Order: sequence, then C-alpha cells, then structure tokens
Amino acid sequence: MKKAIIKLDNVWKTYTMGNVKVHALRGLSLTIKDGEFVCIYGPSGSGKSTAMNMVGCLDIPSQGDIFLKGKNIAHLSESDLAQIRGKTIGFIFQQFNLINTLSALENVMLPMVFQGYSEQARRARAIKLLDMVDLAKRMDHKPTELSGGQQQRVAIARSLSNNPEVILADEPTGNLDSKTGNKIMDFLRTMNKKEKKTIIMVSHDQSLAKYADRIEYLRDGSIIETKNNGKR
Amino acid sequence: MAVRNLGGRKLRSWLTMLGIFIGIAAVVSLVGMGEGLRIAITSQFGFVGSDVLTVTAEGLATAGPPGTGAPNPLSDNLAAKIEKIPGVEAAINRYLKSGTLEFNNKQGLGFAMSVPEGDNRKIMMKMLNLEAEQGRLLKDGDGRKVLLGNSYLDKSQFGKPISSGDYVYLNSIKYQVIGIMKKKGSFLFDQAVLVNTKQLLADFGDDGTTNIIAVKVIDESRIDKVKEDVEKLLRKERDVKVGEEDFSVSSPEQTLEQMNSVLGAVQWFIVILASISLVVGGIGIMNTMYTSVLERTKEIGILKSIGARNRVIFLLFFLESGFLGLVGGIIGVILGITLAYGLAYLGRTLLGADLIQASVSMGLIFGSLSFSFVIGTLAGLLPAYQASRKHPVDALRFIK
Repeated sequence: MKKAIIKLDNVWKTYTMGNVKVHALRGLSLTIKDGEFVCIYGPSGSGKSTAMNMVGCLDIPSQGDIFLKGKNIAHLSESDLAQIRGKTIGFIFQQFNLINTLSALENVMLPMVFQGYSEQARRARAIKLLDMVDLAKRMDHKPTELSGGQQQRVAIARSLSNNPEVILADEPTGNLDSKTGNKIMDFLRTMNKKEKKTIIMVSHDQSLAKYADRIEYLRDGSIIETKNNGKR
Repeated sequence: MAVRNLGGRKLRSWLTMLGIFIGIAAVVSLVGMGEGLRIAITSQFGFVGSDVLTVTAEGLATAGPPGTGAPNPLSDNLAAKIEKIPGVEAAINRYLKSGTLEFNNKQGLGFAMSVPEGDNRKIMMKMLNLEAEQGRLLKDGDGRKVLLGNSYLDKSQFGKPISSGDYVYLNSIKYQVIGIMKKKGSFLFDQAVLVNTKQLLADFGDDGTTNIIAVKVIDESRIDKVKEDVEKLLRKERDVKVGEEDFSVSSPEQTLEQMNSVLGAVQWFIVILASISLVVGGIGIMNTMYTSVLERTKEIGILKSIGARNRVIFLLFFLESGFLGLVGGIIGVILGITLAYGLAYLGRTLLGADLIQASVSMGLIFGSLSFSFVIGTLAGLLPAYQASRKHPVDALRFIK
C-alpha cells in the first residue's frame, strides 16, 4: 500500500453570504496516495472548486483537518501555505492563468523565484521543461501570442518547475477543443506514468474521467461514490 | 517584473509620473536658479576680503554704483581720521564716477573706479586680487591710462572688442587702454574702468567728497570693535545721533548674510510650493496603484497559487510604486535642470544681466531623487499591503 500524500479528514467549509450560511463541503473525507491519478468528478455546485482549493492548500477548512505528506496544514498561515504549495503542488487551471506580461520562459521560471533558485538554475530547468512540452522554440513568446493548447502546455511546464509531488488540474481542457484537450490529457497521463507524479484532476467532463485511475463522485459537498478504473 | 508591469500600462504610468515630475522639475529649476542667483550675488561681493569694512554714505537716491547719489556724501578727509583708529591698517578713499565711454564711434555707459597710489595701491591690489589678461595693471605715474574689465573683450559692447593699446574716450577725454583684467564674475569689475586716483580726480573734478572708504583692519578677529569705533567717529564727524546714521559701515560678511537669509527664505517658499505639487503627485501614484492592484487581482491570485508569499506580493507593488516615483523624479530633475539653465540663458541674452545664473548642485539632484522615491514608496505602501492580503481563492476567481 502506497503512503497517502494528501488526506482530507471530515472537512467542512462554510461560506457566509449575507445572513445565510452556505455549506460548500459537508464532511468531505478523501485520501490520495502517492502516484495516483485521481479525478474528482461532479456537476457544478457540487463543491468541486472548494474541494480543489482545499486539496491545493489555497484555502483552509472551517472544520476538519487536511494532511499534506502527514503534516496538518489546516491551521497554517496564508504565507506558509503559499510556500508549501509552491514546493509540493503544481497548478494547472482551466483559464491557463499565465502572466501575460512575461514570456513563456519567464512564466515557467517564476515559481522557482519564490523558492529561491538561482537565475541560471531557473533558466536551465525552465528550458528543459518547455522542451518536454514541445515548446522550446516558442519560449520567448508571450502567452497572448500562443494558442490555447500551447498556453496550457506552458502552464503544465510551469506546474512542474519546482518538481512538485502533486499536480492539481482544474478543468485542464475546459477551454480547449477536444483534440487539443486529448493531447493535454496524454501529457498528464505521461507525467503520471513516467515521472510518478500524483495527479488530481477536477472535472465535470465524463470523457476526461476515463484517464484517471480512480474517480471520486462529489455531490453536495461530500463523496457519494468511488469508482476504480482498473486501467492500470 | 515591477518594471514590466509599468511598461504594459504606459499612458497611465506617464500620467501618474506627470505629477511627480512637475513637482521635482519645479523644485530643481527654481532652487537651482535661486542658488545661481545667490552665487552670482555672492561673487559681486567677492572682491573684498573679510578683513575689510566698507563705509558709504546712505541716503535716498541709491540708483547707480554704491555710495553715489547720497545727499550728504562722505568728505574725503575722513579716511585720514579713520586711519588713526587703533587696529586700522589703512583707510582708502575710493571714487566712483559714472560717465560715458566711447570706442569705435559708439557710446556706452562706463563708470570709472579709482585705484589709489603708493602703498595703498599694494593693499588695494591684494584686496581686489586683480590680474591682467592683456597688457598690465596700473602703476604709479600712469596718467591717462585705463585698465578695463573683462567684458570689454566682448564685441557686443562697442561693436568690436577693445584690446590693450587701443584708445577710448572717457567723458570725451582720450585715454589709452593699458590692460584688460581677467574675468572676475562680478559685473562691477567686469564692466569697470579703472583709473589712477589722481588722474580721475583731475579729469572728473574733486569736490572734496568720496564715495566709499575701504577700511582694512589689521586683525580680522577684531573687526567688530573697529567697526564700532569707525561708527563712533563718523557720528561725531557728521553730527548724527545713534539710530539716525546717514552712513553705513558694513563688513562684507554681514551684507552677505543678510542677502543669503533673504534668498534662503525665498528658496524655502519655493520648496514648500513645489512640495504641495509633490504630495498631489504622490496621491496620484497611490490612486494608480490602487487601480493596478484591483486590475491585477487575478494575477495576484496566480502568483499566490504558484507559491508567492505575501511578502513577495507586497514587495512587487511597493517597488513598482517606488519606481514610478523614481522615474518621475529622474525626468523631473532632467527637466528642471534644462529649465533652470534654459531660463537663465534666456534671461542673460534677453536682459543682458549676468546676474541671472543657474546652479544645480549634486545635493539638490540626489535630494530630489530620493525624495521622489520616498514619495512613491509611501504612496505605494497601502495599496501594496492591500494586494498582499488578498485571499488566493477570491483573487483567482476574480474576473476582469
């Protein structure tokens, strides 16, 4: 049995909107093991995004504990969370979320700045990563000069820059056509297989779910069904 | 990255900096011109040492060279009496006569200054520190010979430059130019026509009065005591009470101090005015930074999600704001220097007054640069703090 890299234990998240309390997560428990490819699947309003924020250490729960590599992060300060997620988690967003004023290369180098790598180390690694996603030739282009698929590949390269254990993908193909989307998914699959990265994908797209080893069905803030793909 | 962000918003950055650079340009140009004026005025007094008292008659009409036009001029036998006061090395009568100067068939205004003979000449020469650029200085026995100020080398005075050996007409009397002095930077001397005392009095008439008595003291540290004694003597001689003096005894330092304090006050006034503009500029920067933080909320979210600590976000906006201030300052300084020297040049050529000069010191430049940077960073403090406190989830969800 592989060790758990992220473990959510009875996590609640409550938002107060005016006088109404909205429970986005109601006692979500979830364990993700090292090297897994997990898809958190659910319709909109199911608490998917909130779940992703929790898993990605972007937010802390109202109640419950989150363990990242055995360490409880539920009560850490925002700045410490930032440091941890910079090191352990790489993000891939539906909107790509690249910095438009920076070139592809600089975008990939950026997360390493926050971890204190030297300029040469950053450059060398960023070039290698861009080469891996077949964008070495376009590394000096700005995100706006790249196609959607290319931007997402830059985002993948960026997510890998600090060599994180976990890659968190939020609707990674949501803004792409199906052909490009499949290519991106193949990339993620390769990352999972070859680089042994743990991949957590949040999606409401049934067709993407098939890439994952395990699908967690989320509804109304908790897991209602777990399905193993048995593909591996 | 801070720089890059500014580059991406050129027009707004420029407009924001406008406030700063107008302020800085105002400070630099006005203070620079004020400083220039001060130096120019100071150099007018540079001809007398700090061990010399100047006695002049005071009165109404003070247009014209110092000591002329007073209703009750100093009688020329006072010098001998002053010389007897203990601590006085020499008291020298100095005569200033204004008249016409003619050369190359053109007339101009010239005012003649006397140069004493004998031992006093040596003292005076030492006091004035005169050197000849052409020809030689005056010496005893020189009759109708003149030593001219440096500005006569400029052909704008008489259509062509005067050089030593030429003949000029002073009040229609023919004099030979014996030499041209080196530039002193003081219009009093650069425009001067120096003639030996004897000749000057012979040609202009001697009415028994003098314009200035220069009193050289032996011991500089006792100049105040000597000054009191000279004043006492003059009161007695001229029969006036304390507080009703119709003469003045001044040490150059005193005069300078007075002048400097007035000019200093004017400069401070300018600085205060310009500071208001800088504060307004700072508020402009703050406004821009707030807008920028709001506009880039999503970017803040991205940076945070990829591991940027609050500190990093803060620094990013903080530096950006400081940079706005600094660049505004640099442009302001360049603009200010150009303005100061440009206006001074314009003033000199249009008005022909050498007094209008600009002097921008290094201290002024660095002072304004650091001040503008500080303004920028201060203005950026709050917006940057606000940016750093943004919650990553909210920031990421933010849609432009």
